[in-house]
Amino acid sequence: MATFTLPRNSRITAGTSHAAAAEARQPRRFRIYRYDPDSGENPRLDSYEIDLDDCGPMVLDALIKIKNEVDSGLTFRRSCREGICGSCSMNIDGTNTLACLKPIDEIRGDVRIYPLPHMEVIKDLVTDLTAAYAQLASVEPWLKTSTPPPAGEERRQSIEERERLDGLWECVLCFSCSTACPSYWWSGDRYLGPAVLLQAYRWIADSRDESTGERLDALEDPFRLYRCHTIMNCTKTCPKGLNPARAIAEIKKLMVARR
Amino acid sequence: MNGKNMRTPLGRARGLGSAKDGVHHWWMQRLTAVALVPLCLWFAASLVSVAGADHAATVAWIGSPLVAILLILLVVAGFYHAALGLRVVIEDYVGSEAVKQVALVLVQFACIALGVATVFSILKLAL
Repeated sequence: MATFTLPRNSRITAGTSHAAAAEARQPRRFRIYRYDPDSGENPRLDSYEIDLDDCGPMVLDALIKIKNEVDSGLTFRRSCREGICGSCSMNIDGTNTLACLKPIDEIRGDVRIYPLPHMEVIKDLVTDLTAAYAQLASVEPWLKTSTPPPAGEERRQSIEERERLDGLWECVLCFSCSTACPSYWWSGDRYLGPAVLLQAYRWIADSRDESTGERLDALEDPFRLYRCHTIMNCTKTCPKGLNPARAIAEIKKLMVARR
Repeated sequence: MNGKNMRTPLGRARGLGSAKDGVHHWWMQRLTAVALVPLCLWFAASLVSVAGADHAATVAWIGSPLVAILLILLVVAGFYHAALGLRVVIEDYVGSEAVKQVALVLVQFACIALGVATVFSILKLAL
């Protein structure tokens, strides 16, 4: 549901400033959302000046530099730093993306970094994705078959059947898309959101899977699937260049096809 | 997070299960939208052509069989489409469950009542 009045802790106050060293040749200001729910204080926006001459090219490089050299309290998720693990999803320069794939020089002015929108904040840039992960588990994202696998070999798939999974298997579950979707903001307790629906379609589209009908049964719901109104924020924001809106449209087409 | 809710995250995500419904609503919304494209174009063009006509001429225009049939199709498709669309808007934007259910019932009643009244008006002029 839409909320038009925001809770008290949605008001962000001014935070501390950390100036660059005097010898910095290419200083750049990063303005970063800081919030510790346990402190009882409102969130604040801290600013850090970093010398880009002494920093890697991506936003994640700057965050790691800040954490290592300026403020070890800054909290964010990261692991692979090359767009495979999906940990460092956050809102950078107004768009949900992966910090490790976002070049600093693509951003004009101060680099503004916030957590994923409309999710509970655990600390700073770390949001609570428990419900989203549970929704992923609810679509049972694994191969479901009744036929036992052929003795001594894998389950076979033609080249064309395998190609149908392209654009689906690459999703790293960063939830940039779901948290960019107003329908997921308003109805996230019942709407599965684009990330989970893309995963659901990844198994519906798999020629080896034998549970397509049951999967469609589980999705046929005014909220789980049909809260998607095709505004395509998901596709616009996906840091991997995938198209969750197309996957959702394919599910809707199959719903009609089986009538 | 609700401190009293001790259900597991998976239990909450599964909730009451799938309603096994929604595809009819979605398909009807698209079908009525497709039907409304030519009907609305025809209606707009017709309004231009009868603009400035006196009352008797307008009544005679509405009374001709083809016009009456097309007007009824426009009204039925239009109010059906409106009822489907307004349901989604209310489900998206009304927070309180009680207010939501009352609003849904009132909007469906209003669309049916207005649709029947309009069809009756057309028929009264045509028959």
